[in-house]
Amino acid sequence: MGSLFRSEEMTLCQLFLQSEAAYACVSELGELGLVQFRDLNPDVNAFQRKFVNEVRRCDEMERKLRYLEKEIKKDGIPMLDTGENPEAPQPREMIDLEATFEKLENELREVNQNAEALKRNFLELTELKQILRKTQVFFDEHEGGVNPTESMTRALISDDSIARQGNLGSVQLGFVAGVILRERIPAFERMLWRACRGNVFLRQAEIETPLEDPSTSDQVFKSVFIIFFQGDQLKTRVKKICEGFRATLYPCPEAPADRREMAMGVMTRIEDLNTVLGQTQDHRHRVLVAAAKNIKNWFVKVRKIKAIYHTLNLFNLDVTQKCLIAECWVPVLDIENIQLALRRGTERSGSSVPPILNRMETCEDPPTYNHTNKFTSAFQALIDSYGIASYREMNPAPYTIITFPFLFAIMFGDAGHGLLMTLFGLWMILKEKPLAAKKIDSEIWNIFFGGRYIIFLMGAFSMYTGMMYNDIFSKSFNIFGSAWKIHYNSSVIYDEIEMTLNPSTSDYSGSPYTFGLDPVWQLSKNKIIFQNAYKMKISIIFGVLHMLFGVVLGLFNHMYFKDKIKIICEFIPQLIFLCFLFLYMVLLMFIKWLMYYPTDDKDKITYSPHCAPSILISFINMVLFKEPNKVEDCADYMYNGEMGIERFLVVIAVICVPWMLLAKPIYIMRNQKKSNYMVSHEQMNAATENGDAEQPAHNNTVHRVEGGHGSHAEEDLGELFIHQGIHTIEYVLGSVSHTASYLRLWALSLAHAQLSEVLWQMVLSKGLKVQGFEGGIALYIIFSIWASLTVAILVLMEGLSAFLHTLRLHWVEFQSKFYSGIGHGFQPFSFETILDSAATQTADE
Amino acid sequence: MAICGHKLSLCGLILSVWGIIQLSLMGIFYYIRSVALFEDVPGLEHEGTFDSIQKFYDDADQGYLQNAYNCWIAACLYIITLAFSGHQFWVNSRSSLRV
Repeated sequence: MGSLFRSEEMTLCQLFLQSEAAYACVSELGELGLVQFRDLNPDVNAFQRKFVNEVRRCDEMERKLRYLEKEIKKDGIPMLDTGENPEAPQPREMIDLEATFEKLENELREVNQNAEALKRNFLELTELKQILRKTQVFFDEHEGGVNPTESMTRALISDDSIARQGNLGSVQLGFVAGVILRERIPAFERMLWRACRGNVFLRQAEIETPLEDPSTSDQVFKSVFIIFFQGDQLKTRVKKICEGFRATLYPCPEAPADRREMAMGVMTRIEDLNTVLGQTQDHRHRVLVAAAKNIKNWFVKVRKIKAIYHTLNLFNLDVTQKCLIAECWVPVLDIENIQLALRRGTERSGSSVPPILNRMETCEDPPTYNHTNKFTSAFQALIDSYGIASYREMNPAPYTIITFPFLFAIMFGDAGHGLLMTLFGLWMILKEKPLAAKKIDSEIWNIFFGGRYIIFLMGAFSMYTGMMYNDIFSKSFNIFGSAWKIHYNSSVIYDEIEMTLNPSTSDYSGSPYTFGLDPVWQLSKNKIIFQNAYKMKISIIFGVLHMLFGVVLGLFNHMYFKDKIKIICEFIPQLIFLCFLFLYMVLLMFIKWLMYYPTDDKDKITYSPHCAPSILISFINMVLFKEPNKVEDCADYMYNGEMGIERFLVVIAVICVPWMLLAKPIYIMRNQKKSNYMVSHEQMNAATENGDAEQPAHNNTVHRVEGGHGSHAEEDLGELFIHQGIHTIEYVLGSVSHTASYLRLWALSLAHAQLSEVLWQMVLSKGLKVQGFEGGIALYIIFSIWASLTVAILVLMEGLSAFLHTLRLHWVEFQSKFYSGIGHGFQPFSFETILDSAATQTADE
Repeated sequence: MAICGHKLSLCGLILSVWGIIQLSLMGIFYYIRSVALFEDVPGLEHEGTFDSIQKFYDDADQGYLQNAYNCWIAACLYIITLAFSGHQFWVNSRSSLRV
């Protein structure tokens, strides 16, 4: 197994595969997922490659499967996802699959076409039925009952108009009946009126039940209309308008008996159609259910085949056309596994020639590959989102596993909120498998679920720091018995409302509370002042240690890459600078903690709070070489010889700055000169022998320099100086600003504690202070408000902000000390990732 | 009979479990007169000074006891909520299984 401390050792390999065995071998490698293939024909476009045809066939199969899937989804049939992972089928099975899909698709299309035709038929019949029913009403309304034609004449044209028209002979009124979309009615009516100058008569009735449009299968509302008119010209005009409005016209017999007969016929035909339609639907359903059982499986198979051919397209063809040549990046430790997989592939394909895997020398940067498991992968993702480590660089992930939750917990210190977070994380960890199998698409959920181990650790660490701060939902627990006693007499209590505890008196028993902060501070007025002093110092101490750790990790980097110059010219001055200034400040804090204590004794006044110096002021004085301010009865310095030691430390630290800035460029410059001198010397000799000095001299220099001193010498010296300058300034200014930056640990911790206290006082306290038994009901309601606010504001929002600040402390303050993060990730050819990305893609659609 | 949806009943379940645990614990702490909870005891908002020490102690004792009972009452109400949302949850999950 590889370690997490550095990325895996990679090597470039050349792989010779026999043409027949290539497919099976690549399939095995895809299952293994440890090989990253390089594109050996980058200039060849996608359509000129060897296996274009196969890739296209796979695309076609995928299209058919997507069509099937769409149909299955339309019918709401559950797709069976057994989660099983079928192996990539043999190439010859591809034809079977293709045939199956072809058959299915054709069958489905045919069924759909038939169903559509049947539905259209059905729609027409229902519309006709409606027309017959509705028009019956129109006819009935004006029915004299004898002659339909007569009745119509009478109904439409009043008696006197008949009298007027009498001499023109009897007039035959015609009519057309049809169905139109309900929303088109007003326009239709107006159009008819205008085009026919009011000479037609329109009656319409709504069809109550919505009808299904066969082509879109939407539910649409329609109306039945009937238009009466006079004469052929009007008839053609009306018909044209109907056509324009996409109204369907149906023949409607004039005689009531005919109509009745027709209605009967329509009814029986509808009955028949219904049975046929039901059978068609059943058939379609059967086909789809059968397909739904296998569809996920088929998708996996097709995607695997496609991935294999896609990979084969990256390979080079041997001259003899008998074997394929591939180049791939491979983790050195896994070569055995890869060999085994290749052998399996060969056996499966029945080929006798074993594939050949041989390592190649290369000057390219290998990809970075970290072997992660489900626990470490989340932490590795935090690191990788800043920048993927350069090849074989120190990987900050293993340290982050501890430092990340710890720094988070310093800011999020509350045992109650920590407990909630831990329970959430624990639930996700325990229910890992069922939750992962559910495949919830929500992005936020996936972030939480991916970081379940981080959340769990952050919660657990927060519980610890919460105990330390003695904060549980902003309340303290007095488990071991407070170390404070109250000695006030009753007169003091009567007169004064606010009292503070004085540790110099016998109020304080002298032996501190067993674990964490004394609970008495929760009720005291000077709690924040007391805690600030403690939390500020703690955050600076942890910050300096964290940065120092980062610098030391840099040493391991330099040692691994055997970069002596960097150790001498960068690591040592960096370490000295940080230690002599900031670690010394941390030391001063401990000295202050140990030396000074509260006392009212006049003899011990030099050790009383009155004389305790401010660490920040003394640190500033130290850097600026200033004398400390004189305070009465106090010693100027904490210990003898402090001034001398401090001046020495500052001077050395300042010397480190030019050391960092200049040592490395100067060293490189001198080396370069030396080599240049030697080269030119040799060339002089060569030139005298050959007679022409110009041409070879140039070539030789380049060659020698490249071979002898790596890439350094090629760099422009000016660039080198600038680079080193930026680096130095970044480090020197960085250590000041980064140290201050760690104060965010204190600031956020204070903010969190205050916010939770305010929430308790403003919300839950209101419920607790209700007098009498109504208080119980008030508490019931207010508790739920308090609980939801606690989760929303204190756990989610504050947790997110503390998380982001922790992330910043790691990315900027910690990793800038040693991590370059300019590598490129290892992207192995793996079926798992390909299938996952395909699944998420379909989910997005 | 489902009144609440799936999510609401789950929310009610979690909230009532939390409420039962925290409120019954708080009831115990009030009952044993925990100093940390002193600030939330009702009936002690006096302006300036107290009439007598004994009166103050009596008020405080009374307030502590009252709050302990109130906490337990609220906890009992949450037990009812738990039962209700548990039933709802059960109904929901059963109906979702049936479909």
